[in-house]
Amino acid sequence: MTASVQRDAPAPGLRSGGPQPTTRTTRKRDEDAGPDVGEGTDEWNQSKTLIKPPDQLELTETELKEEFTRILTANNPHAPQNIVRFSFKEGTYKPISFVDQLAVHFSLVGNMIPKDSDEGRRQNYKAEMASGSQEVVEVQPSEAEGGEGGEGGEGGEGGEGGEGGEGGEGEAKEAESQGEVLGHEEMAEAEVEEVITPKKPKERKLTNQFNFSERASQTFNNPLRDRDCQMEPPPRATFSATANQWEIYDAYMDELEKQEKSKEMEKAKGPVAKKVGKMMMRKKTSLESQSDDITKVTQAAKIVERMVNQNTYDDIAQDFKYYEDAADEYRDQEGTLLPLWKFQYDKAKRLAVTALCWNPKYKDLFAVGHGSYDFMKQNRGMLLLYTLKNPSFPEYIFSSECGIMCLDMHVEHPYLVAVGYYDGNVAIYNLKKPHSQPSYKSSAKLGKHSEPVWQVRWQKDDMDNNLNFFSVSSDGRIVSWTLVKNELMHTDIIKLNVEGTTTEGPEELNVYTIGCGTSFDFHKQIDYLFLVGTEEGKIYKCSKTYSSQFLDTFEAHNMAVDAVIWNPYHSKVFMSCSSDWTVKIWDHTIKKPMFVYDLNSAVGDIAWAPYSSTVFAAVTTDGKAHVFDLVINKYEAICNQPVVAKKKNKITHVRFNAIHPIIIVGDDRGQVTCLKLSPNLRKMPKEKKGQEVKRGPAVEIAKLDKLLNLVREVKS
Amino acid sequence: MAEVEETLKRIQNHKGVIGTMVVNAEGIPIRTTLDNSTTVQYAGLLHQLTMKAKSTVRDIDPQNDLTFLRIRSKKHEVMVAPDTLLGLGLDYGWICAGATCPELCSTLNM
Repeated sequence: MTASVQRDAPAPGLRSGGPQPTTRTTRKRDEDAGPDVGEGTDEWNQSKTLIKPPDQLELTETELKEEFTRILTANNPHAPQNIVRFSFKEGTYKPISFVDQLAVHFSLVGNMIPKDSDEGRRQNYKAEMASGSQEVVEVQPSEAEGGEGGEGGEGGEGGEGGEGGEGGEGEAKEAESQGEVLGHEEMAEAEVEEVITPKKPKERKLTNQFNFSERASQTFNNPLRDRDCQMEPPPRATFSATANQWEIYDAYMDELEKQEKSKEMEKAKGPVAKKVGKMMMRKKTSLESQSDDITKVTQAAKIVERMVNQNTYDDIAQDFKYYEDAADEYRDQEGTLLPLWKFQYDKAKRLAVTALCWNPKYKDLFAVGHGSYDFMKQNRGMLLLYTLKNPSFPEYIFSSECGIMCLDMHVEHPYLVAVGYYDGNVAIYNLKKPHSQPSYKSSAKLGKHSEPVWQVRWQKDDMDNNLNFFSVSSDGRIVSWTLVKNELMHTDIIKLNVEGTTTEGPEELNVYTIGCGTSFDFHKQIDYLFLVGTEEGKIYKCSKTYSSQFLDTFEAHNMAVDAVIWNPYHSKVFMSCSSDWTVKIWDHTIKKPMFVYDLNSAVGDIAWAPYSSTVFAAVTTDGKAHVFDLVINKYEAICNQPVVAKKKNKITHVRFNAIHPIIIVGDDRGQVTCLKLSPNLRKMPKEKKGQEVKRGPAVEIAKLDKLLNLVREVKS
Repeated sequence: MAEVEETLKRIQNHKGVIGTMVVNAEGIPIRTTLDNSTTVQYAGLLHQLTMKAKSTVRDIDPQNDLTFLRIRSKKHEVMVAPDTLLGLGLDYGWICAGATCPELCSTLNM
């Protein structure tokens, strides 16, 4: 290669064109900002005038026109031309004739290995091993064609190994394989290779790090589905309770009741009984369901009423309980009666109090019978029961068409009240039952009295355990009534014949005048003994067993005997009162009275005090109450007090309370007044120092005895 | 049934009684003579107090039972009587009456 460079003539022109290029260059610089195209054109324009670099060698023209020839040779221009080597043989430096002209411009160490080399084959073998099995199957049928067998699992290798060879190799190997038929697996493989090779290039995958493919397989993921079922939640209820002492107790009591009931059911095994029981149960339940809520508070209503009354009558209640008249200390031997409550009922206003009785069991409950003593004005009657706890309204109200004249409460069955009417009937009221009609009533057929019944008195149960009571009436009969199988049966005990008044009637019949009994009383200890007071003023001592004769007769009063009472302690003493203004105390063995008191007015009623054998009270029609204590004063009352407000008001009855120091007084205006006995009226014998205080019936009896003895001595 | 009504009437007409109220076992007023708000207030408060008092009494002695409850204050007195079926321990309601008690106040001051 030769190349020659000619210097152009314009070289000298360059000098002349010196200032111009500079201007052009300056122009160029000025036109830096202009488009490249513009510059380029300038350059082409400029090619006419040469640019001379400032450090160019300045040469003459001739020198410029000289031609220099350059020749391209294959010699390395950098190779040294005279390399000398020291020759030890000659001992001198000798020039080397041949200098290596090789110039290495670029060298790169590569990592390619020729396939035929050992290393190449080794690598091919390894590669074929890796991708062997897949091609085995394919290999086998072709093998079968080829007629070679026993390739086994190594078919792949040979196949791989043979791949690179392709054309020429295949032939060589085929020859080899045909030579060594069996035993050499590799040979077999080689033949197989030949057959397979056309396929392989397509299928083979390079397992190198740059072309890594992961092989994974995934089974079908079954789609997940949530399946749940929900049942109805069990019914829940919040339960809370407290376990108190009383809840435990109640539970035990309930259990006990149930047990007892079951025992009772077992006992009463008769079907009738059971039916009755069931009926009762049904009735009870039906009643409960029908009744309004408000009936369930009856008890509470009662209590509240009592509470309210307690508030209203608080001072009276306090007096009743605690007040003791201090003035009694100064009042020598005299006492007072402090008025407490007044009991009245609207509908009983016009009716007189005809009977009073304290309940034997409930000491604050008393019964009041209303009727009329007036023969002309006979109205209806009422039976009221009051309690001290509720002064404003009676607890029980019973009304009857006929006036009630007397009443008595049974000792053992305090809910049974025996009542005698003005028309001669008797009846029994049961307080437990709500209706206002008597439970049992006598009638004309059953032997009622023909006159008003003045007194009734319960007796002990007879031998058949039937309830019975006695009644006395103006028709002269004393009748015993027995409650037999829900019926009142009567038995005449005695007829009061007035002795000495037999008149001879026609046909020599002795007609007796019948006395009218007005009161009676039974002896406390001697059961059969009783006293009867009559309208004529006589008192008969009778016995239940003797029906025709009296045991004794007392000429007691001039007028009708209003009341006759045995002394609660002394078995011999009794007292009687009459409208002839007198109160008389008797010893039943002696015909004449022990003590006689004149009270200036018809005495309505008398009563012995339950706490002392010598104290008694009497009430008169002038509205006064008299209290006597024979120990203190034998001749006069120690208390003499008007009790009722209006003067025309007659007091009809008086009763002591069994435990409280009060008396109730009934008047003929239908009002019952309760009075408290002052301490002087309740005097107990003074305790002597050092001696035990004797209380009790014996003492009382002794006390009275002493008195009586005095009197008897005087008389006798 | 009429008896209870009469009793309630009598209580209401008694001197010094301001109002009465009947409450059932759940504390709901059945009958009242007071205005609604007062009734509701009293019923709620007194019910709890009565229950507590009853529980106290019975806790001390299970055979005992509350008879009534009096609350005396400067201005009034409230009386509550619970009604129980004895033996079953079931509460059937109660009655309350309010009364002015100036005289009682004076006694309380002593």
